Amino acid sequence: MKKDGVGIVETKYFTFAKHPHELVLENGKKLGPITLAYETYGKLNKEKTNAILVEHALSGDAHAAGYREGSDDPGWWDTMIGPAKALDTDKYFIICSNIIGGCKGSTGPSSINPKTDKPYGLEFPMITVGDMVKAQAHLLDHLEIKRLLCVIGGSMGGMQTLQWVASYPDRIQSAIPMATALKHSPQQIAFSEVGRQAIMADPAWHGGDYYDKQEKPEKGLAVARMIGHITYMSDKSMEEKFSRRMKEKEHSFKFATDFEVEGYLRYRGDNFVKRFDANSYLYITKAMDYLDLSGERLTPKNRSVDVRFLVIAFKSDWLYPLYQSQEIVRQLKIRGLDATYCEINSTYGHDAFLLEVEEESQLIKHFLNKTFYGYDVVKSYDI
Amino acid sequence: MDFDKIRIDYRIIYQIIENGAKILDLGCGDGDLMFLLAKEKGVKAQGIELDESAIYKCVEKGLSVFHSDIDSGLIEYPDKSFDYVILNQSMQQVKKADFVIKEALRVGSKVIVGFPNFAYFKARLRMFFVGKVPVTRSLPYHWYDTPNLHFLTISDFRDYCKAIGAEIISDHYLSHNSVVKIWPNFFALNAIFVIKK
Repeated sequence: MKKDGVGIVETKYFTFAKHPHELVLENGKKLGPITLAYETYGKLNKEKTNAILVEHALSGDAHAAGYREGSDDPGWWDTMIGPAKALDTDKYFIICSNIIGGCKGSTGPSSINPKTDKPYGLEFPMITVGDMVKAQAHLLDHLEIKRLLCVIGGSMGGMQTLQWVASYPDRIQSAIPMATALKHSPQQIAFSEVGRQAIMADPAWHGGDYYDKQEKPEKGLAVARMIGHITYMSDKSMEEKFSRRMKEKEHSFKFATDFEVEGYLRYRGDNFVKRFDANSYLYITKAMDYLDLSGERLTPKNRSVDVRFLVIAFKSDWLYPLYQSQEIVRQLKIRGLDATYCEINSTYGHDAFLLEVEEESQLIKHFLNKTFYGYDVVKSYDI
Repeated sequence: MDFDKIRIDYRIIYQIIENGAKILDLGCGDGDLMFLLAKEKGVKAQGIELDESAIYKCVEKGLSVFHSDIDSGLIEYPDKSFDYVILNQSMQQVKKADFVIKEALRVGSKVIVGFPNFAYFKARLRMFFVGKVPVTRSLPYHWYDTPNLHFLTISDFRDYCKAIGAEIISDHYLSHNSVVKIWPNFFALNAIFVIKK
């Protein structure tokens, strides 16, 4: 199992924005010092032209591939990152960092506020997807990478990918936004808000100040995660996975977990609270809701943009429906940018971007090949 | 690459298009034509194709392609975004052929249209003597399984160009494997027109 991957990996930490050089956020407030947790796989070439930045989704982290010492859990995109895989570590240098606002090693609401020596809680400033990307640009400076070969990500990772195009078009050669959108629709904002309300309605949330308390807002966070999981699946994938199968033979005639789907959601919810901070969930979902790169915001007219695109969407994804990806493509057409768009026929719903490995790999592998090596690499093909 | 072994319509289009041109191939299929043009003529190519499996084949060749139908695929492009818009063997399959051709003329400086000729003599004979819908090399389908929504002849297309005020820059007539010079509307299986407006 461990043989075909990148092997044992280690999370590294980069701290910047120390006083008086705090990062100025989109809302005008300052944040610093900032630590970013990140991992890298493969080797950076001498010219530093083979770096790919992988952006994680809402609940992801810097651990995208391989295994941490003593752990049997592979990184969240281990199926895609490794030797001879779509993001081929024999050719490319892969970077994945945890976003600011997160709780997986990067600075977020659960980090210590240097002014109070206590966790930030709601003292943590509101961050945006633009701020997340700005922090990543500092990491690239630290790694001495001027221009990325590619930025890639699904869902919120796709939003960061698009933000990279808007913020730093000269620092990227190509972009692969997957199962994502230029902006959240009212439906998506509504789902975010229900998740946030579930957390804030939990008495243990204590206005975000729960870090030194015995009880944490686990019930609220679990409900938020349960709602999330429903939106990540499709009607069909739920039918296939659970149908109306029961846990026991008879109905309990109590509010117990009669159905397998109930058990699954509770398990997912309970599991999530062990590894995620409720305040981070609030901050990150709000940042996603704030993003709006529609119209000319993705590629402002007065800026030259020379970025190749591969836009991937999934037919059964009703959380980030096809029309949202088509809207990205529409903007690229208006700008006459070199782009490929594919609607993968999947029944997995939004989760497909983590599950449809074979189709994605086909597209991504060849797209990167062409981006990195140019036509030379395909010239041998004969019609 | 053995040039003579390449499809005759590809060879004709290959000769029409200049080095380094910017092209849009509508209904590009597996991308063979775009690949030929990109590889041998340094053409900057973009395709539009509805079939998902064809998208993978295009990407494998390093080509850029949009997964979309042709009918709704052109609206966003500014006027004259491309040197050539190619509608080779795909015009007869779009829902609104008139709309698509006009859109192609808007976004392309020139438009290359390739289509099967319904007035090919074997088709005429089959209609006239057998009383059945033609099934020929260029129109190989039966009435019940054809993807073709529009059937036209070379004369029809000439009339159409006149009606919409499009100028015919060049015309090319093909049999199975060679160029047809005499009585094209009778002897040609396929026609390729280069038009502009």
